[in-house]
Amino acid sequence: MVTEYVEGSTGAELNKREFKVIGTRPPRPDGIDKVTGRALFGADLTAPGMLHATILRSPHAHARIISIDTSAALAMSGVKAVVTSQDFVKQSSSGNQDTLDNCMARGKVLYDGHAVASVAATSVKVANAALKLIKVEYEVLPHETDVDGAMLDTAPVLHEGRKFRNIPEGNNANVSGYWEFGHGDLDAGFAKADIIIERSFKTAATHQGYIEPHATLATMGPDGRGEIWVCTQGHYMVRDLSAAFIGIETSQLRVTASEIGGGFGGKTTVYLEPVALALSKKAGRPVKMVMTREEVFRATGPTTSSSTDIKIGMTKDGRITAGQAKLRYQGGAYPNITAMLGAMTAFASYDLDAVQTLAWNVLTNRPKQAAYRAPGAPMAIYTVESVVDELCQKLGLDPLEVRLMNAAKKGTLSSYGPTFDEIGLVATLEAAKAHPHYTAPLGPNQGRGVSCGFWFNFAGNTSVSMNINEDGTVAVIEGNPDIGGSRASISMMAAEELGIPLEKVRTIVADTNSIGFNDVTDGSRVTFAVGLATIKAARAAIKNMCGRAAQVWGIDADAVDWVDGAAVPTGHNAGEFPPMTLAEIAADQAKTGGPIAGHHEVNVDGAGVSFGVHLVDVEVDPETGFTQIKRYTVFQDAGKAIHPDYVEGQMQGGAVQGIGWALNEEYIYGEDGKLQNAGFLDYRIPVASDLPMIDTVILEIPNPGHPYGVRGVGETGIVPPLAAVANGVSHAAGVRMFELPMSPPRILAAIDGAK
Amino acid sequence: MSKIHVSTTINGDAVEYLCEPSETLLDALRDHVGLTGVKEGCGSGDCGACSVELDGRLVCSCLVLAAEAEGRSVNTVEGMADGEKLHVLQQKLLDHAALQCGICTPGILVAAKALLEKNPDPTETEVRYWLAGNLCRCTGYDKIIRAVMDAAAEMRGA
Repeated sequence: MVTEYVEGSTGAELNKREFKVIGTRPPRPDGIDKVTGRALFGADLTAPGMLHATILRSPHAHARIISIDTSAALAMSGVKAVVTSQDFVKQSSSGNQDTLDNCMARGKVLYDGHAVASVAATSVKVANAALKLIKVEYEVLPHETDVDGAMLDTAPVLHEGRKFRNIPEGNNANVSGYWEFGHGDLDAGFAKADIIIERSFKTAATHQGYIEPHATLATMGPDGRGEIWVCTQGHYMVRDLSAAFIGIETSQLRVTASEIGGGFGGKTTVYLEPVALALSKKAGRPVKMVMTREEVFRATGPTTSSSTDIKIGMTKDGRITAGQAKLRYQGGAYPNITAMLGAMTAFASYDLDAVQTLAWNVLTNRPKQAAYRAPGAPMAIYTVESVVDELCQKLGLDPLEVRLMNAAKKGTLSSYGPTFDEIGLVATLEAAKAHPHYTAPLGPNQGRGVSCGFWFNFAGNTSVSMNINEDGTVAVIEGNPDIGGSRASISMMAAEELGIPLEKVRTIVADTNSIGFNDVTDGSRVTFAVGLATIKAARAAIKNMCGRAAQVWGIDADAVDWVDGAAVPTGHNAGEFPPMTLAEIAADQAKTGGPIAGHHEVNVDGAGVSFGVHLVDVEVDPETGFTQIKRYTVFQDAGKAIHPDYVEGQMQGGAVQGIGWALNEEYIYGEDGKLQNAGFLDYRIPVASDLPMIDTVILEIPNPGHPYGVRGVGETGIVPPLAAVANGVSHAAGVRMFELPMSPPRILAAIDGAK
Repeated sequence: MSKIHVSTTINGDAVEYLCEPSETLLDALRDHVGLTGVKEGCGSGDCGACSVELDGRLVCSCLVLAAEAEGRSVNTVEGMADGEKLHVLQQKLLDHAALQCGICTPGILVAAKALLEKNPDPTETEVRYWLAGNLCRCTGYDKIIRAVMDAAAEMRGA
């Protein structure tokens, strides 16, 4: 019997709970492996008889494949197998077919770097030499890489003859998605405004920039059974797609997730895995594939670039009367829903009577976009928060006061439909306002920027098992790759719920055949959803253990409670027995009925949305246009911080990715449609010397949908920096910036243009 | 072309391997010596994940030919701990939660060790500039910088 948490607890009730393990900062369980070099990542495994495979990629941004002749490559000594799109199974769902076509081009190549063929050979060197012998005849077609250009009637069509659903009249054949959100009377709202600002913004595509390139090792035996080792955010996803693409049943494919060297959403799909499996099937030997950094840039990720028109009306005392955004996102050569997520999040921070967001996804000759930390939200909220800042500036109002006046709160009808439950935006804004950073003096050429941010957070399908070992230790088995310390937080929740020391718990991420299905590690869902399932698995084990104690004591199972890691009688009427600890119950399990375990499988609901507010001080050099980040503070509602160090880590890491997006990072295409900066030298992510310390303030407004009040914290942190930095730069340089990244040449041009 | 025989010292041990003339030290360490703690993030010297010390000098092992290790001394992350006892830097990275995914961690550790051997009392700015060649995409560097500063203080006191 568990008494500490009742389904439907309110945030206020959750706030009163006292924790022993939750909220502490123990060392992470995988830490020693990672500081000693023992941890095995995607590229670190080898197998006897292993072959190496590499990929032939399109040199064209857009071309029809007339023919592919692989005979000379196959005839080369050391070459064991070659595959093209012909070696994969046609998919019934268009989404899966798009993913497969992205792994191996079918009929047309749609971007520079699109995979065309792959060779498995005795070494990387031989495989690369064989690629040069593959003859591909192309009919080069006109291309388009710009979002606005791809919407013109003159634009080349990527998917000829394909009909996309729900596209209004007047859009061309490259528009693959259209969405509308909002409520209220826009015209009436704008009529109430004392001031209306309309602006257009552009943001560049950025890459997730994980330091570990994609890597996999696949084996497919003559018995039709396969094994994959891979760095991924979701090995069940890899299993399902890879099996479908080569036409085997999922039960015949076992996928094991390696340690993952960063993902940020970019490892939520497949690129190499089905290819390696198909090659292994043909060659009858294990096949290893590791991308180069250039391939990572040219053919994986990135996020969408955007072009947005935005209009906001405000009264002179700071009340927002209406807001409208028209968001156009390009996500590369295949359809996606990132623009929809942008439209849903754009105005989420505000309690508005009249709001409308319209969103278009447009196909371009760029790589198929992949999720990137709060996909769609940073660029949408950047535009809203920039215009709100400009309104505050024009009206002489305090930007935090204006946000507080308009902030979404419990009961607010959100701009994307649902009514908010308990949320932490007001508390987060108040914390920012009260922080010394907000009133610290600024130096010459410095400016302070503010922005709100929002992300929904996902929940989803989750399975957790928990074995109570005879020595009183506990093995937690879950199925979500640990990308930022989740084994620590899962272990902590198990220890908390069971009432035992953390050292007694070890959590592992099992392969696809060892535990039930799990959705991908994405949407900030793992600490929330896997944590919830872990707590419920622990309760199942506790129920079992209470039953064992009742059996030993000869009393009713309902008369046993679980307190501080031990079974106790519920009261005097139940009988007088000393507490029976988990260790004691575990030691006797063979005598009391056999192994004790708990498990929980669920499609979790109740993810709590998370808001953040960022403050940044920047200094802009008027001579060079170079921006330096002088001070940065992140305020974010975590619901409940399980392991505060790793919550802070998410806030800091997200903020710095957003700073890179604001100032430096950009996919640059030439007139020829080729990516010009496919490497870390020319695609410059923030380095240590670019940054100050990133201060953090964690707020805890419990999520009623989680037993401990947890909200996802992984993504919100990347949302506010774009506008916060842009607003800071605008104040420091004395000119408004409307395009990201705000590289030194763009800032100089804006300063010169204002003279 | 025939392979080159290399005799070298890695983490204090005499090691021999055969390599192709075009092979990098990074590939030799990972593929021939089994030291997969040395990571490849870019292969072009831009990310620092493959950092090793070569005769005491911090290098990207992807920019050194495997054959160049002949007669020299190479130190990798695998050589930092003394048996079960972690190096102060390793312990401080754990204590400060200064890693998330961990892929950059071996390179950061090797680079930070090289810094503290040269400069036992670095300022925050010196640490930031020394580690500017080691990309980390997870942490925003905050906790890494704190961990290295803390390790330096402890090593000075020891």
